[in-house]
Amino acid sequence: MPPRSRLIGLGALLLLLVISPPFLSSYLLTLLTQALIYGILAMSLDLLLGYTGLPSLGHAAYLGVGAYSVGVLTTRYGAGFWFTLAVGVLVAMVVAAVFGLVALRATGVYFLMITLALGMVIWGLAHRWVSMTQGDNGISRIPRPDLGLPWSLANPLPFYYFALGGFLLALWILWVIVQSPFGQSLVGIRESESRMRTLGYDVWLHKYIGFVIAGTIGGLAGVLWAYYNGFVSPADVELATSVEALLMVALGGRATLLGPAVGAAAIVFLKNLVSVYTHRWLLILGAVYIGTIVYAPEGIAGAVSELQSKRGGRAGRPQAKAEA
Amino acid sequence: MTDPTPPALSLSDLSKTFGGLRAVDGVMLQVEAGERRAIIGPNGAGKTTLFNLISGELPPTEGRITLFGRDVTRLPPHRRAARGLARTYQITNLFPRLTVLENCLLAVQALTSVKLHLHRALHRYPALFERARAVLEAVGLTGKEGETVRNLSHGEQRQLEIALALAGAPRLLLLDEPTAGLSPGESHLMTTLLKRLDPSITILVIEHDMDVAFELAKRVTVLHFGKVIADGLGEEVKANPLVQEIYLGAQ
Repeated sequence: MPPRSRLIGLGALLLLLVISPPFLSSYLLTLLTQALIYGILAMSLDLLLGYTGLPSLGHAAYLGVGAYSVGVLTTRYGAGFWFTLAVGVLVAMVVAAVFGLVALRATGVYFLMITLALGMVIWGLAHRWVSMTQGDNGISRIPRPDLGLPWSLANPLPFYYFALGGFLLALWILWVIVQSPFGQSLVGIRESESRMRTLGYDVWLHKYIGFVIAGTIGGLAGVLWAYYNGFVSPADVELATSVEALLMVALGGRATLLGPAVGAAAIVFLKNLVSVYTHRWLLILGAVYIGTIVYAPEGIAGAVSELQSKRGGRAGRPQAKAEA
Repeated sequence: MTDPTPPALSLSDLSKTFGGLRAVDGVMLQVEAGERRAIIGPNGAGKTTLFNLISGELPPTEGRITLFGRDVTRLPPHRRAARGLARTYQITNLFPRLTVLENCLLAVQALTSVKLHLHRALHRYPALFERARAVLEAVGLTGKEGETVRNLSHGEQRQLEIALALAGAPRLLLLDEPTAGLSPGESHLMTTLLKRLDPSITILVIEHDMDVAFELAKRVTVLHFGKVIADGLGEEVKANPLVQEIYLGAQ
């Protein structure tokens, strides 16, 4: 069970996410919406990288197929929201189910290389399958979904709450999974695959299920992303997007779910801030990555809990001081 | 012999080669159900490789492995575990960043269908916790449940090794140098713990320490350069001139 302080922190954060938006400028609101959507992507990747120890470098693929599904279905067939959502998530799931068969034959750095290559396959499709994806031009004029609510999702505030709903759904699903016996088995695999095998786990099956779940939820992020942007292009599926997702997890703190969501927010805000001054975003990204690895290997979440335990340790150890 | 119960483990002509090295070379071995058997041999004799073949972590180059009368030569490790096989490791192989209780829970749920449940929190399965606590008590780790494993002493980690192997209620237990790296006092405690295990569990133990080997098992198999060179009761093996020359004499 999570400690009480963490639950209180979670509650406060969620409350802030619900109450504050009406008082924010529309620019901030847009950034926050982006952060929520990328937060879903980062949390789903955390299931692989943080919990299972599988460093996927192709996670943008699932965002991509989810987003392109929306693009094609809405602009070409005028499909409604629920149908589009179902198809987008399902396509991501199928792609993850196929990619998982290939990628999980390898471990470690080879797994990283294979997922990178598979991610490039999706990028290549987005780029070259012009009849479906319109190639480099991308698919534009994706309409915002119409849910039959009194508030139009074309406005930033309602769409923010819409994205928040998707975020909370993803958070809840992943939270339940990581607390479950299955979720614990993923952590066991991260810690010692060989021991898990001899204990009686079909390690491949557990990794595979985790891989498909992560891809499916990545697809949800893609669906929201396409609706948010109204546009999807190969740039969304680039390697850089996969790298950013990895960095969000590392920066926020692996195996904490909310950490990667915070990491996503940090990267989104930083990226928009930096773009005012320079086009060399990847340079900054690289610097942040190195800084994280060197100074905060456990990410923001790790740094916060270390700070907490230091403060708690000081208050609770007056005798040790006297001895010293 | 018309014994109706099949042997717990039977190896026939089992070999494993790594390039030009025959790490395990034509091993024939039979362990009866309920038996306690020690495997001794100098460093590099192929003892751990033999265990890896039996547990399924390495595929054999040749030969057959039979577990309780069923051929398991081609089964992956988890399927062998499901048939009642469990093992410990010479080099401690635990889940270092998890707590003692979490380690034990992973072992307890390993052979149940609960391991694939992803809709309910683990703490909603009190039966697993009960079993895990009972196993920890059996190896003397009660009171350490909340400790992170990497903070345990080496001796406690060795105890947890045994706990993980026992959690699935195995019928055949492979112990790879359970006293490795332990002080004489800890080693004695470990031996006592192992001698107290349910006599119905068949145990195959690799031991470097001769005294421990002879204390745990009546029958001893000696491995040298991948081959079985002697097999018999403790005293016979000790008296075997070949064994004295290459193993006991070498000390």
